Amino acid sequence: MKLKALLLLLLTFSVFAQEPLVFENQQQQDRFDQLTKELRCLVCQNQNLADSDAPLAHDLRQEVFEMLQTGQSNDQIKQFLVQRYGDFVLYRPPVQTNTYLLWLAPLLLFIGGALVVIASIRKRASLLASDETTNENPDN
Amino acid sequence: MNSRTLPLIGFVLLVILLIVGLKISDQKTLIPSPLINKPAPAFDLPILGNPEQRLTKESFLGKPYLVNFWASWCVTCRVEHPVVTELARSKKIIVVGMNFRDEVADATDWLEQFGDPYDIILRDGDGRTSIDFGVYAAPETFLIDPNGIIVFKQTGALTPEIIETEILPRVAAMEAGN
Repeated sequence: MKLKALLLLLLTFSVFAQEPLVFENQQQQDRFDQLTKELRCLVCQNQNLADSDAPLAHDLRQEVFEMLQTGQSNDQIKQFLVQRYGDFVLYRPPVQTNTYLLWLAPLLLFIGGALVVIASIRKRASLLASDETTNENPDN
Repeated sequence: MNSRTLPLIGFVLLVILLIVGLKISDQKTLIPSPLINKPAPAFDLPILGNPEQRLTKESFLGKPYLVNFWASWCVTCRVEHPVVTELARSKKIIVVGMNFRDEVADATDWLEQFGDPYDIILRDGDGRTSIDFGVYAAPETFLIDPNGIIVFKQTGALTPEIIETEILPRVAAMEAGN
């Protein structure tokens, strides 16, 4: 009985921890969840809007919620925040001239690594080959 | 280049990367504002202590001014307070206080305790205007030119150095241009 009361108490806390947002439908809630996961909290910069408890994150969640209610698209909502806080607010940086290096870096690193591996394999193969030729030489 | 120098070069590069990272670690949380050289966001806010009277961005056109976002809960605003006071008293620029996400009573108490440095204080109770300005920390200060364009932003406390090197030269340039 005590346990039940405690559980009930905990449940109430968890309900009050989130602002009471009432969504029109599941689809809208899914969009809200997705957006707040992809948007960065500017105060605690390693958290997204969904996870952060900062007052600014609370206000921005409210802002996102209201924009969803007024029928704005995901891009419009992201644009609203980018205009105010810059690209930094996006966890997924846009592909543009100043981020080409960022996006291409993994590919460049992969190609670089592959070249090193190929070079070292060739070197070894040629070393082995020269070893074999010296072994085959009956004069040695 | 043999197989021994390669790891050494890699190690040296890594050390350089770490040193650079440590040097800029205190600037990494600063976010460059996309609003620099763009028109300041529109606002329509009541005056603190005189809620019937409202001012808009248009009310301030024609003269350069500073918008200083502050709140009674903001500890760094207390640190900054003497610097703002001195700047406002010098009358070199209009200093507009933007009291955001605050209670009127708390803000009034704060001003009574520390003194009111501002030429005028607008009240942004729900923080909507602060979101439009892209404020994510407190205090934040924006320098706005006579045409309503944001020309400089300081995130965090103003210092005498920043006023001397960043703000006053820009104000002087604006006045020379008029």
